Amino acid sequence: MAHLSAETMADGARLAGCYPERRSALIPLCHLAQAEQGYLSEEAMEDIAALVGVTPAEVRGTASFYDMLHTEPVGRYVLAFCTNIACMLAGAYELLEHAEELLGVHAGQTTPDGLFTIEEAECLADCDRAPCVQVNHRFVGALDSESLDLLVADLTAGNRQTEIPQHGVLCRVRRAVDLPARRGAAAGARSEKTTFAGGAGDGGAGS
Amino acid sequence: MITAAAPIVTARLSAYRDSHTLERYLATGGYDALRKALSMTPEAVHSEVNTASLLGRGGAGFPAGRKWGMKRPGPTSYLVINGDESEPATFKDHLLIERDPHQVIEGTIIAAYAIGAAAAFIYCRGEFALGLERLTQACNEAYDYGALGANIFGTGFSLDLVIHPGAGAYICGEETALIESLEGKRGFPRIKPPYFPAAIGLYGEPTIVNNVETMSNLPWIVLNGGAAFAGLGVGSSTGTRLFALSGRVRRPGWYELEMSKTTFRDLIFDDRLGAGVAGGGELKAFIPGGVSAPWFGPEHLDLGLDQDAVGKAGSMLGSGSVVVMDDTTCAVRAAWRITRFFHRESCGQCTPCREGSGWLEKVLVRIEAGEGREEDLDLLVDACDNIAPELGWPPQQTTICVLGPSIPSSIVSGIRMFRDEFLAHVKDGGCPFPPDRLASGAAKGARL
Repeated sequence: MAHLSAETMADGARLAGCYPERRSALIPLCHLAQAEQGYLSEEAMEDIAALVGVTPAEVRGTASFYDMLHTEPVGRYVLAFCTNIACMLAGAYELLEHAEELLGVHAGQTTPDGLFTIEEAECLADCDRAPCVQVNHRFVGALDSESLDLLVADLTAGNRQTEIPQHGVLCRVRRAVDLPARRGAAAGARSEKTTFAGGAGDGGAGS
Repeated sequence: MITAAAPIVTARLSAYRDSHTLERYLATGGYDALRKALSMTPEAVHSEVNTASLLGRGGAGFPAGRKWGMKRPGPTSYLVINGDESEPATFKDHLLIERDPHQVIEGTIIAAYAIGAAAAFIYCRGEFALGLERLTQACNEAYDYGALGANIFGTGFSLDLVIHPGAGAYICGEETALIESLEGKRGFPRIKPPYFPAAIGLYGEPTIVNNVETMSNLPWIVLNGGAAFAGLGVGSSTGTRLFALSGRVRRPGWYELEMSKTTFRDLIFDDRLGAGVAGGGELKAFIPGGVSAPWFGPEHLDLGLDQDAVGKAGSMLGSGSVVVMDDTTCAVRAAWRITRFFHRESCGQCTPCREGSGWLEKVLVRIEAGEGREEDLDLLVDACDNIAPELGWPPQQTTICVLGPSIPSSIVSGIRMFRDEFLAHVKDGGCPFPPDRLASGAAKGARL
């Protein structure tokens, strides 16, 4: 019995079917699980392991390598402050310190109400709008201390939920088709070692 | 002076807010290049790209056509597009993915056709949530439109494309680490040889890994011909390129410029481009191609944006991102922040990189905090020499991948160019730059 919702499990199975080897879906499935739960619970990692055919330890061992995958709960909003060179030259550390004072926690910590987690991020590739901040990986533009205050107030009041959805970068748009070219391709076109794993993704109709 | 050149890769997206939609893409000639390519033989498409002399736009600058030619023959091969843009101060692929995803996809299909790939994957940086949405949406639209899937445009050519999200790891921009990550593993670079992707890549099959911007150039090359592309730029630096300008400059942004014909001085000071140093200060130094590149000083401003010229001058055009430092910028802090980045992003496989980056960061914090010793400068250079022996350019490698040898660039540049400033930190017991530009947390050692 899966711990993740039936919808996430179905989406996950379908995604896994889009790869020649199911394990390739491990990271996308972690994003799906985070969209549902906010982080990767032990149970979610067990479900992912079952979907891609590895052990839960392999899921954890892989996920722990990646900054975006959280094996502990994080706040409803993760504020990521880039402090790399371009943003540092635009006052990113001063902005991060302002956020730490405002929210009463340090980078890497979550507010007691569970609303905000602050992270010191590496370059987020939006350097012409420095200092660069993301909320749940949505760019919110260059901020100064005043606009950060406004943003935090807005988020606290629940005003930005359309613009900034829940966790998980795959939460709003899904692949609509399976692999029609593969279905049309002659069998045996691939070498034996990497035969496409037939999976739950194979049967779904393209929409 | 700036030579006017029609933008190639940003032409579609510049004028329209809906540039990411299929409707707009088709209205501006989208997928015409794919139709044309599919009417040619794969070899003819490959030949056009060779004629174009298109240099890979990811950072290493290897000619894309030659890379394709290195693919080991076999029944199954893959095309993987590297959209894991993470080199600090680089933000061109972010732009192309968010604002012109169909162009990336069209280029990908053309490349897959040319090399005969069984399937294609676009590995998009995980932090690009909007970019992932737009790429996925564009991929869905392309299937609906008949540009992907079975029997594309009725030509008999079939291709599936999967948009794959990363999850936050700079190292996954390295092509073998990217392949590991795409296989659902930690992003550990593979040792080369034998794991050259063109020979042993994704799932052990021959794999071509190309950058997003490289793909974005292909539709134009197919429509206009490789010769027209090669007619832009100078020598081996052909076509146009998206340059990302950031740091202490009045107008940071992305600028598509003809290769070689624009100088760093133009890019930074021309009113239509960077418009000069922010705050009216003096230019102190600039990084010509991402933080892995050695720094340049004002004496290099008249170099062209040219891969060979920048290489000969001892640095690299790399990812095409230029960071400007002015006279309020502390060289120690700049070197520290870049070193901190490499320390955080080292995958940890190789000792020189994993340990070296950490110790270098500690010594730099000590100097910045005013607790350094004069011999720390030699210590830094010595440790850098252990990571990249002889500290030349291009660097020698003691590690599996090039992340390690990239670490010394900022430190060695900083000490060579601003030795007195490093020493002043030691002698005066602190950073001479105004406190409002100080990362007080760093100075206190709190961010170690």
